Amino acid sequence: MNRYLLPLIAVIVMIPILVLGLGSDPSKLPSQYIGKSAPNFSLPMLTDPSRTMSTADLRGQVSLVNIWATWCVGCRVEHGFLMDLADSNTIPIYAINWRDNRLDALKFLSQLGNPYAASGFDGDGRVGIDWGVYGAPETFLINSEGMVVYRFTGPLNRTLWEQEFVPRIAELAN
Amino acid sequence: MKQLLSMLALAFLSTSVIAIDSGRAFDDPDLQARYERLIAEVRCVTCQNQNIKDSSAFIAADLRREIRRMMGEGLSNDQIADFLVTRYGDFALYRPRYTGKTLVLWIAPFLLVFFGGIAIARVVRHRMTLPVGEVSDESGPAQ
Amino acid sequence: MIPEIGHFALILALSLAVCQSVLPLVGAHRDNTALMSVARSTSFGQFFFVAVSFGCLIWAFVNDDFSVLYVAKNSQLLLPTPYKVSAVWSAHEGSLLMWILILTIWTAAVAKFSSGIPLKLIARVIGVLGLLSVGFLLFALLTSNPFERLIPAAIDGADLNPLLQDPGLAIHPPILYIGYVGFSVAFAFAIAAMIGGDLDQNWARWTRPWTTVAWLFLTIGIALGSWWAYYELGWGGWWFWDPVENASFMPWLIGTALIHSLAVTERRGLFKSWTLLLAITAFSLSLLGTFLVRSGIIVSVHAFATDPTRGFFILTFLAIVVIGALVLYAWRAPALDSTVGFSLLSRETFLLLNNVLLVIATILVLLGTLAPLIVEMLNGGKISIGAPWFEIAFLVPMIPLVLLLGLGMHTAWRKQNSGPWMRLFRLPVIAAVIIGVVLPLMFYGRVSLMLIIGCSAAAWIVISSLIQPVRSLRRKEGVAGITRSALGMSIAHLGVGLFVIGVTITSAFGVESDRAMRIGETLEVAGLQFEFRELREVQGPNYTAIEGVLEVRDGGEFIGTVRPQKRQYLVQKNWMTEAGIHPTWNKDLFVALGDQIGDGIWSVRIQYKPLIRFIWIGAFIMAMGGLVTVTDRRYQTAVK
Repeated sequence: MNRYLLPLIAVIVMIPILVLGLGSDPSKLPSQYIGKSAPNFSLPMLTDPSRTMSTADLRGQVSLVNIWATWCVGCRVEHGFLMDLADSNTIPIYAINWRDNRLDALKFLSQLGNPYAASGFDGDGRVGIDWGVYGAPETFLINSEGMVVYRFTGPLNRTLWEQEFVPRIAELAN
Repeated sequence: MKQLLSMLALAFLSTSVIAIDSGRAFDDPDLQARYERLIAEVRCVTCQNQNIKDSSAFIAADLRREIRRMMGEGLSNDQIADFLVTRYGDFALYRPRYTGKTLVLWIAPFLLVFFGGIAIARVVRHRMTLPVGEVSDESGPAQ
Repeated sequence: MIPEIGHFALILALSLAVCQSVLPLVGAHRDNTALMSVARSTSFGQFFFVAVSFGCLIWAFVNDDFSVLYVAKNSQLLLPTPYKVSAVWSAHEGSLLMWILILTIWTAAVAKFSSGIPLKLIARVIGVLGLLSVGFLLFALLTSNPFERLIPAAIDGADLNPLLQDPGLAIHPPILYIGYVGFSVAFAFAIAAMIGGDLDQNWARWTRPWTTVAWLFLTIGIALGSWWAYYELGWGGWWFWDPVENASFMPWLIGTALIHSLAVTERRGLFKSWTLLLAITAFSLSLLGTFLVRSGIIVSVHAFATDPTRGFFILTFLAIVVIGALVLYAWRAPALDSTVGFSLLSRETFLLLNNVLLVIATILVLLGTLAPLIVEMLNGGKISIGAPWFEIAFLVPMIPLVLLLGLGMHTAWRKQNSGPWMRLFRLPVIAAVIIGVVLPLMFYGRVSLMLIIGCSAAAWIVISSLIQPVRSLRRKEGVAGITRSALGMSIAHLGVGLFVIGVTITSAFGVESDRAMRIGETLEVAGLQFEFRELREVQGPNYTAIEGVLEVRDGGEFIGTVRPQKRQYLVQKNWMTEAGIHPTWNKDLFVALGDQIGDGIWSVRIQYKPLIRFIWIGAFIMAMGGLVTVTDRRYQTAVK
């Protein structure tokens, strides 16, 4: 009798796995840097190539790093929210302009507004790869020691901000 | 969330346009062969289940470029794998690593065949003790 | 109006399906002939209404009715009419309706061609098939109605994905589904037997042809998919171990084990519980495949764009069906143990090995497909399992299987004397090894251990398959001296041999070259000269294309012209790569255009693929072997 129950048992074990699979999004990648220091980088600034933006800039305060590009539809969608966020002076937003055309990016910012404390220009995408970026827009939450606390993929809006970022930022303040 | 992600994906989804490097990466045929084998085993992190050899997404091209650079610097396949895993996790490798949580995967085939063999041996040994019986009503291939 | 008729027909079909399942099953339980006879008529009725529904959907597509949401999403005014028809099954709702249609066709076929089968058994079989219909019809009506309206109607549709605008891809799903769904018949026979509490050699004889036909369609369906991927996706690969491909391959592996297990049950009344379990598993894997592809649970370019709610419904249905079947199995199977035996050297032993190795292969494919999910569930992060693992894992049980195949075919039932047996194989084994060394060396210039193993194994299967047909041909009676069953077996195994040889040679000796080519330039790949003659613009019915023209020569001798294209479809604006292929029986020359990297300079991928056609020819011959066995007179239960 025992061995005839084996197939049934195997199936009963497999079902929860499939149910759990239904709950998760197979195309979302978790960041490898959660709980670790943000990868070292040094990029010429978008607005002024003679100056650089680097990991050091992320130390000393809780900040956001936003990965964006002018060819990215979602970035355009979230831009309005980023402007609001910048205006509210809650948190400094740094940016990595990823795989973009410098002139296009500058035009974008001058036309639609610049919410960024500083924007690094990553023309060949090398830094993007170092950060494990797999799509734009992405937004990283960095603590005052320069450690990655959270990564959000996709365009941000007020609801998602309140859901995902506000609680985490509050936790960091404690 | 899914819609947002597909907007993301739309930004650079490969649409059955294949990716071709514009020339041989390496003059040395051994290096070239090693390069081609390697890029076939690295996953394009934005695509729907493609390797970076076949994908036309720009991130695949970027990753190929990085791999060429690392190979040029003399890094081994393991070191290149480490580079990718540090940034994208084991997700980026189509060949699961030989250690840790994926070790089971590599042992599984041999384990299964081993236990299968034992099971077969037991069944056959049992059946050998039973009477072979009479010829059934079916005719079969003459042998 | 027509879409509403289609919708209504489905509802009618559902009510008939309920009758078809409840009444005969109750009738069988109570030995009520009147109730049992309801089975056949209701199954014909259900088929009629589902066919009407499907017809309405085709009508909506062909007549560009963009007030139907499904049509608006998947069709377009300029789409050539044949593709308007194939667009019906190009996405979730329509392909689900096709699944249901094919289920009703199988059911009606069972109802029609079963006059030699006892009413009680048939009533149960059709009843179970009816229950499956009920489940799928409910799924369609509640969550996936293809006739949902779009108000206001669209002026033009969103177009069928250009990837699907291809004849190969148009017929691949129907043929695949005929196979997939066909395993429901073996499943129903198994359930019917378990409900009745008895399973004998007659049962196996009745079940066998249905299973073989389903299997052969699945074989062709998978081969078509592989061939399509090869010429359409532009990369020259023919199998990617993609989760959706695996979803179709697993039922095939178990189906193969099933038809062999049925042979043992029919012949000697052995392996009864094996056969039952395999019949349950084959269809369960079909259902699992349906789930995987439509639930959004896996990432694949093949997956239907659908959502977790539907996935949840299918999973629930899958759970009920499979758990129900396995509970029946745990209850009934122990009593089925037979008391006959067989000796160590016997066909039974080989078929047992066959079953076990195929099951191991299936478990491995399932493991590789689901492991990323399992690891993620255990908080191990996301991992990828791709071709590098699958290829090695799959070969572990397959190499022994392939070698044993040639031996088992010629081993007697019950007890085979080792003397004559070994003598039979002496020459073939030697010949196989010689061919295994000579073939790669002489035709392709290189040998290695893996190559010798692969080529010898393939040659071994081919030679072994030919032993029986050749012997009977030499005898006076010719082809009449060999039963259809045995002939079919030889043909099918011959197909396996051809398949193995195709895979071995193309993997070992295929050459791929990515280069930049200037118009007018000639490149040499695999000893052949490819001259990039010109680039021109081409107009298609719903696309424009840039076409490259390359001429291939061997020395001075002209071999052929290939025309790789890059197409832009007018509505979706995607760019598609259409490879230019020059096929011959012993090699394919495969060229794909990349991007323009300079003035008159393009990146080009040129591939030389020796014996690649053998892969699909081999699969097709396997299927033909199956077809031949089905025509054996002893399975003609309809002819009474």
